[in-house]
Amino acid sequence: MTDRGTIIEINGPLVRARLPGIASGEQVRLGEMALTGEVIGLDGDRALIQVYESTEMLRPGEGVTPLGYPLSVELGPGLLGGIFDGIQRPLKNLRDQAGDHIPRGLDVPVLDRDKLWSFTPNPELKAGQEIRGGILLGKVQETASIEHRILAPPDISGELVELAGAGDYNLRQVIARIHTPLNGIRELKLFHRWPVRIPRPYARRHEGVAPLLTGQRILDTFFPLLKGGKGAIPGPFGAGKTMLQQQIARWTNADIVIYVGCGERGNELVDILESFPQLTDPYSGRSLMERTLLVANTSNMPVVAREASIYLGVTLAEYFRDQGHDVVMLADSTSRWAEALREVAGRLGQMPVEEGYPAYLASRLASFYERAGRVKTLSGESGSVSLIGAVSPPGGDFSEPVTNHTKDIIQTFWALSKPLADARHYPSVSWIESFSDAVEAAAKWWSKEVDPNWQEKRILALNLLSAAEELARIINLVGAEALSPQQRWTVEMATLVREGLLQQNALDDVDSYCSPQKQFALLDLIIGLYQQGQELVKANVPVSALLALPLLSRTRRCKNLYGNDQLEELTALGREFQEELEKLHRKYEEQKA
Amino acid sequence: MKEKEYRYASAAHNGLLFLKSVPGVAFGDRVSIRDQHGRKRNGQVILSSNELVMVQILEGTDDVNLEDIWVRFLEEPFEMPLSPDVLGRVFNGIGEPRDDRPPIVSRLRRNVNGQPLNPIARAYPREFIQTGISAIDGLNSLVRGQKLPIFSGSGLPHNKLAAQIVRQSKLLGEESRFVVVFAAMGVSYADAQFFREDFESNGVLGNVVMFTNLADDPPIERLILPRTAMTVAEYLAFDLDLHVLVVLTDMTYYAEALREVATAKGDVPTRKGYPGYLYSDLAEIYERAGRVRERHGSITMVPVVSMPSDDITHPIPDLTGYITEGQIVLSRELNNQDLYPPVNIPPSLSRLMKDGIGKDDTREDHPRVANQLYAAYAKALEVRNLASIIGPDELPDLDRKYLKFADGFEQRFLAQGMDEDRSIIQTLNIAWDLLSGLPRDVLSRVTEADLARYHHWNSGT
Ligand SMILES: Nc1ncnc2c1ncn2[C@@H]1O[C@H](COP(=O)(O)OP(=O)(O)O)[C@@H](O)[C@H]1O
Ligand SMILES: [Mg+2]
Repeated sequence: MTDRGTIIEINGPLVRARLPGIASGEQVRLGEMALTGEVIGLDGDRALIQVYESTEMLRPGEGVTPLGYPLSVELGPGLLGGIFDGIQRPLKNLRDQAGDHIPRGLDVPVLDRDKLWSFTPNPELKAGQEIRGGILLGKVQETASIEHRILAPPDISGELVELAGAGDYNLRQVIARIHTPLNGIRELKLFHRWPVRIPRPYARRHEGVAPLLTGQRILDTFFPLLKGGKGAIPGPFGAGKTMLQQQIARWTNADIVIYVGCGERGNELVDILESFPQLTDPYSGRSLMERTLLVANTSNMPVVAREASIYLGVTLAEYFRDQGHDVVMLADSTSRWAEALREVAGRLGQMPVEEGYPAYLASRLASFYERAGRVKTLSGESGSVSLIGAVSPPGGDFSEPVTNHTKDIIQTFWALSKPLADARHYPSVSWIESFSDAVEAAAKWWSKEVDPNWQEKRILALNLLSAAEELARIINLVGAEALSPQQRWTVEMATLVREGLLQQNALDDVDSYCSPQKQFALLDLIIGLYQQGQELVKANVPVSALLALPLLSRTRRCKNLYGNDQLEELTALGREFQEELEKLHRKYEEQKA
Repeated sequence: MKEKEYRYASAAHNGLLFLKSVPGVAFGDRVSIRDQHGRKRNGQVILSSNELVMVQILEGTDDVNLEDIWVRFLEEPFEMPLSPDVLGRVFNGIGEPRDDRPPIVSRLRRNVNGQPLNPIARAYPREFIQTGISAIDGLNSLVRGQKLPIFSGSGLPHNKLAAQIVRQSKLLGEESRFVVVFAAMGVSYADAQFFREDFESNGVLGNVVMFTNLADDPPIERLILPRTAMTVAEYLAFDLDLHVLVVLTDMTYYAEALREVATAKGDVPTRKGYPGYLYSDLAEIYERAGRVRERHGSITMVPVVSMPSDDITHPIPDLTGYITEGQIVLSRELNNQDLYPPVNIPPSLSRLMKDGIGKDDTREDHPRVANQLYAAYAKALEVRNLASIIGPDELPDLDRKYLKFADGFEQRFLAQGMDEDRSIIQTLNIAWDLLSGLPRDVLSRVTEADLARYHHWNSGT
């Protein structure tokens, strides 16, 4: 390769170069160190390049070599269980080659070129047949639980000349030849490349119908997200964004999980790398790592690669969606991505509009989240990408631009509360500030799969919580003595909802994951208690007599005592409580008589 | 390429020196300047084009004569020479001696910016460090390789607390001590001297490396100082297999120096005038703490961050909290009551304690006790607040128990002497003494088994 351009100016991660004839978006290599960069703007024969690696000791006058293609990902078998940096360099290989620190300018292949994969061709394809992009060419069993479907690249169409037979192939070998009208014969391998900034095409969009289950009660029961939905988790530092995302990664009923650590802590990724291989996927029973893929661009790694990492993640997600999988991508944190945008915009001298962010922040956020959805794929299957982004508002202020714009775009908003986190109420999802516009759709699923009364009971619980919130104001003015017995019961029972239902310790062996059935059983138990108690209070049974019953503190512990396979015990407990309350009622009736 | 030398500059202001038409200068290059008085200054290239080069001058640009100046581009980044001889020494921000002893001579020199650690090379920190301080060990445990800052304010005893941590920190059942890298940025001579004397009176001075840029030293040098200090810490930990405790004080002055330069450069300001890259810049420093696979040593970091106007949402503590693995927050209110250490419990957090405590590390009940103390204290503070409105006599019996709990918690659990070194078992036992003042029914964060084992039945329900 020969240099086609020359560096004119270096300003941190931004380089200006004389580079005639280059296209915006094209990748380049810079200088003797061969740093990787991307052209993000053109000004006559000058190109503006954002560099994904530190530009220290780069100098004006050094050469620039265009690579001829935009920032792209390699898509094929070998991705799962992997960990990549923001521009898809495999971190394991980087360490093998370069040691503990990330070197600059190292060019390593993304997918293992030599590993053999057992390929089964699609029996329905025959030579001579017309091929469209996205069509299924064959299958590879990538991990015991995940079948990797080999698809024709979306941008290809033509006549199938030859399809390889069943057998072992590596990524260098050709598995299909296509005669295309424009470019003649194209040879397809087990992998292809796709530019990260271009959404992968699909046949049609579908409405979401099934909830993305997470095993977390406050999410699934109260603020559900659908498969194919978009959700955000804003919260100040320490509120529990990362833990909640890791919990989702662990327990979600998606087929594939893509976890993007964008500008956050290195140790959090290590935590996943060390713990996931030991955990089992609750649905397939296989090691969790087999369905997980990590993208890591931690806070000490170069800033602009953070911006790329989000697109890398979502493109990977779309690729697995196109194979008919339900995929969830978690991004921790989208604020760091937005800050990377801001950083580049600032150095380009673009006009800042809010808190230094450029005017296009909102549209960039919207077009990123727009890549979520449930679709019919080009090969006719149904797949989905759910996007869940953590947001890290400065000072915990939700009116700041990133939180604010994100809120307008997403469907489910899991707002984390600092006061709850400070009291160690986890997950600290606020039942006041959070919302979900997927409740109606989710209710159909719950009523069919779990219980027809789901919607009614969850509303009762939410009302109970908001009534108690009102009453707390009174208590804070004049003390609890001013409350009526009914009101006192409401306050006590709201506490029970908080402690016995909403609080869920991620580190508790029994309660870390709660099945939908157990979620409903707990909800039912507590609402049952509340309603029956209410009747008693109406019948003048003193609240103190109700509170003296040991069943309240027992209910508080149910979530930790009964596992997902002990629902019968929970139901039996409900009946026992009912009888106890009836007994109490009778006692007071007799006293009255 | 050869070193380049120039005899003039075209402009200088706010710590920045501008040179026109000096082509081919490397970005980040180290620059050596001699002014008209023959005094040496150090600089670094922060923008380079053929037409214009911008150099940040660590000693500032006051009193430079643009017509009578030598500017040499050294064709190398800032580097720190490394050898075991660094122990016991005092340096300035760029690693020059400040103790009247000769410079470190070594063929091993490293770029002070370091290189980002590959996340997969990290080992997850999980070894409990006993600091002997209940507020930390019991509720916000520190583990080896963690970065746990102290969020403080002017006049609060962060120095005493940091010094106590340095003095008392040990691994249970292990003799190996920590070596200390102490980095002072912008603090007073008296503060730096306080630490020095503390190290000296404990006889550990020979195991301490000090970097100082005090309140009256040129502020821009503060931008390099923690990087030089971390380069030494990495060398001690990962080349010499030592366990290193790094104290950085005060990161607020560091960030203010960063803002000063950013403003001079014309960078787009964000919150309170700090540049948008403050987060990444701080992360470059903080993320150098940790453990590395297959390496024996470790870097544990305790930065001190003073919160301007005691405001935890100020960008410096805020962005620090987003990067570090928790925070110990000091409270002016508790300090005014003469309570030491005045740790404000609700906003304090240790994110790494979960893997460092419990059955095989401290005691089996520890995680739940910590949780329960947090929950009970949060509730008790609510009650205390209510009592201040309606009067304690109006409170129901349970609430009065909570009030008593809050007082006991502050006076017996939090409060301790500056030389009091409590074992974790002592800490947990005090916790149970206090929890036993509450009825067992409300202690839902601990298990029935914990209650059976540790709750003092008689004093409770
Ligand atoms: N669901 C949870 N269960 C138990 N502990 C939690 C939970 N969520 C958060 N925590 C606690 O809070 C700490 C901070 O959570 P984290 O997710 O790292 O916060 P953030 O990402 O918002 O800064 C964790 O280290 C853990 O101690
Ligand atoms: Mg986080």
